[in-house]
Amino acid sequence: MSKGGLTTAEAPFLEPKAPVARKFRLTGQTLLLALGALVLLLSFARTVTGAVDLTSAGAINAAVALAVPIGLAGLGGLWSERAGVVNIGLEGMMILGTWCGAWGALQFDNPWAGVVAGAIGGALGGLLHAVATVTFGVDHIISGVAINILGLGVTQFLSKVTFAEMPGGGDSQSPPVPKPEVVSLPLVGDPLTWLEKQGWFLLSDVAGILRGLLTNVSLLTILAILLVPLTYYILWRTAFGLRLRSCGESPVAAESLGVSVYTYKYVAVVVSGALAGLGGAFLAQVAASAYREGQTSGRGFIGLAAMIFGNWRPGGLAAGATLFGYTDALQLRRGGQSVHALLLVVVVLLVAVAVYQLVRQNRMRAALITGIAAVVVFAVFALTDSIPAEFTSVTPHITTLLVLSLAAQRLRPPAADGVPYRKGQGK
Amino acid sequence: MKQKAPTFTDRLLGRVSPVGLLSLAAPVLAVAFAALITMAVLWFTGAPPFKTLVAMVEYGVQPRSLVLTLNEATTYYLAALAVAIGFRMNLFNIGVDGQYRLAALIAAAVGGAVTLPAPLHIALIVFVAVLVGAGWASIAGLLKVKRGVSEVISTIMLNAIATALGSWLLNRERLAVEVSGSNNIGTRPIAESGQVPGLALIPGTQTKVFGLIILAVVMGVLYHVLLNRTRFGFDLRATGRSESAAVASGVNVKRMVVIAMILSGAMAGLIGMPQLLGASYSYSLDFPTGLGFTGIAIALLGRNHPVGIAFGALLWAFLNTSANILQLRNVSPDIVAIMQGTIVLSVIIAYELVHRYQISATQRRVSRELASGTPAPAEGASV
Repeated sequence: MSKGGLTTAEAPFLEPKAPVARKFRLTGQTLLLALGALVLLLSFARTVTGAVDLTSAGAINAAVALAVPIGLAGLGGLWSERAGVVNIGLEGMMILGTWCGAWGALQFDNPWAGVVAGAIGGALGGLLHAVATVTFGVDHIISGVAINILGLGVTQFLSKVTFAEMPGGGDSQSPPVPKPEVVSLPLVGDPLTWLEKQGWFLLSDVAGILRGLLTNVSLLTILAILLVPLTYYILWRTAFGLRLRSCGESPVAAESLGVSVYTYKYVAVVVSGALAGLGGAFLAQVAASAYREGQTSGRGFIGLAAMIFGNWRPGGLAAGATLFGYTDALQLRRGGQSVHALLLVVVVLLVAVAVYQLVRQNRMRAALITGIAAVVVFAVFALTDSIPAEFTSVTPHITTLLVLSLAAQRLRPPAADGVPYRKGQGK
Repeated sequence: MKQKAPTFTDRLLGRVSPVGLLSLAAPVLAVAFAALITMAVLWFTGAPPFKTLVAMVEYGVQPRSLVLTLNEATTYYLAALAVAIGFRMNLFNIGVDGQYRLAALIAAAVGGAVTLPAPLHIALIVFVAVLVGAGWASIAGLLKVKRGVSEVISTIMLNAIATALGSWLLNRERLAVEVSGSNNIGTRPIAESGQVPGLALIPGTQTKVFGLIILAVVMGVLYHVLLNRTRFGFDLRATGRSESAAVASGVNVKRMVVIAMILSGAMAGLIGMPQLLGASYSYSLDFPTGLGFTGIAIALLGRNHPVGIAFGALLWAFLNTSANILQLRNVSPDIVAIMQGTIVLSVIIAYELVHRYQISATQRRVSRELASGTPAPAEGASV
């Protein structure tokens, strides 16, 4: 199994299609237009169905809080995969981060100590992954799976050793932990609340979204969001980043230019673990207020999916994380009604895609399939009043599957992603 | 070097080369290393390390514990086989967990709803389980070949969706009824014609070994024959080793991916059967979860070899069973999870080191023989 590279999104076994005549380029203008259209769409769905949580401040605030751990895990995956190491152990590193975050915050009675401890805990997991994959050349996915098992076992054991004896703690959960400060933009809260209450089309929705984004935001959230442009700057605008990415594209070529590939891979994987651990600490300290067993519930994997969705780029990753965070938040806030209303949004999007395929790309069959999908979703929407609670909880997972099955073919992972490399193999 | 007539000992030693022995030593060393780490953790938390491990082993070899170990190992063995089928062609079926639970639930519901003569009833339940497992796994296979979605991500997502589907189905309005004597709910119990009696394999205890342990053995043999003795198995392994070479020799890789995924899912469907038909007779909320990752770990321990997997499953189950004594000694049983994780990680590193050593040993031997002028013997050169 150690032979042959494996990546988390292998190139699909598809015959190369005829080149599309006009290449689609994402500019700031189209991005703003798309964002505006999305808000318009959500506000339309809210007005039609009366599901206020589609654009309420509470839902948006929750969406940000849920998107952050996914985004941090995704950033972790980005660092490691850009250096050519597939990191499916993100989940295990995140679990380590949840325990370390809660423990550090309680031990030193300071939330920021918890944040640092969480990052260190994750980084230790990353170090283990680096030792196994870089030094010993073990298959990346196998090592990642082992780290997931180990991370879960270690934290469960440690929480029984430490938290069980603390007042208010138990075998599988910690006492309440100190939280990082929460800040709001001054003077905007009250007018936006008033505007949101009016229930006007579009205006109230925009007010809700803004209030969710600008008030009651944790400092750790702001820090985490800043890590996205920072990652972009380090990996794409510095010599260090260029070298790191060259290790993921062609380690042999990097080696021939004097780059110490092992060092760069080590740094990348340790940073990756630290970011995932930070995501874990965020879960324990901001999204919840204590460590709980099973708190991550697969967010490390969803983060990986967000990174793939974002085509191994920070911006795309942030968009993916927001999407998953939003669907996750909706299911928590009157899930049955909100997710039901989301179906209407899906219908409109599917119709738009079908029209695009028909008019711009002239792909009859694809448009027909998308159109049928739209009709089916609309039928489900029209025939039911709400979605059963069991299904709303998997909205992010279903979204992941749908988005990847629509997008996976246009993606390009780093060329040497997941390929074992040994020093001097190019000679 | 002078050519001598090979003696019996030479031939015996030729079969078991020291380098070959090394790959057997690797897992043993890894287990010993994991035991050391575990003892360090125990010492660190203030429990007597050596006494605790001895107590675990003593408890683990009691007849009742041995039966429990065998039963648990049966389940693990099937889970690891399911994973191993995918592994042999570089396909990571992480969705074994979801496939098995959905299959067990629906098979239990079907089995509880009908009554048939004994062998038919059992066959129907097993058939339904295989069908559901294969069907759920085929989604991931199709997504991979049609849409290029990595099976690693899609199976993880399908696991979560299977859990949701399972809890929706296991509802009083749909498939579930109250389990008498508890507030648990489960599917309607399977009638006696659909139950598989246990075997009294181990003397000294009333507890019986699952009758379907035989199914696990049969599946192990089938797995070996299918992969090593058929054209299909050759194609599958070839695809795993080198996709481009497989394509060049006329293998339809897309088809292989879907078939391997379906086979893996079918095997995953069987995982719940020993427990369902041998002990609980109904699917309820307390069926074990997380078997997919356990299966991956055991398949790794056993190097995808049917006998190796059997040893791995027994070791894993033995650790789990013997951990039950720890609660009495005020040690958290989760220490076993640390031990298991360490075993997996050190085993894969040990295998990799042995693999590297074997390659360099072969290189040294060949260069020595080339230097001395004798042609290298063809046999045994490909270690």
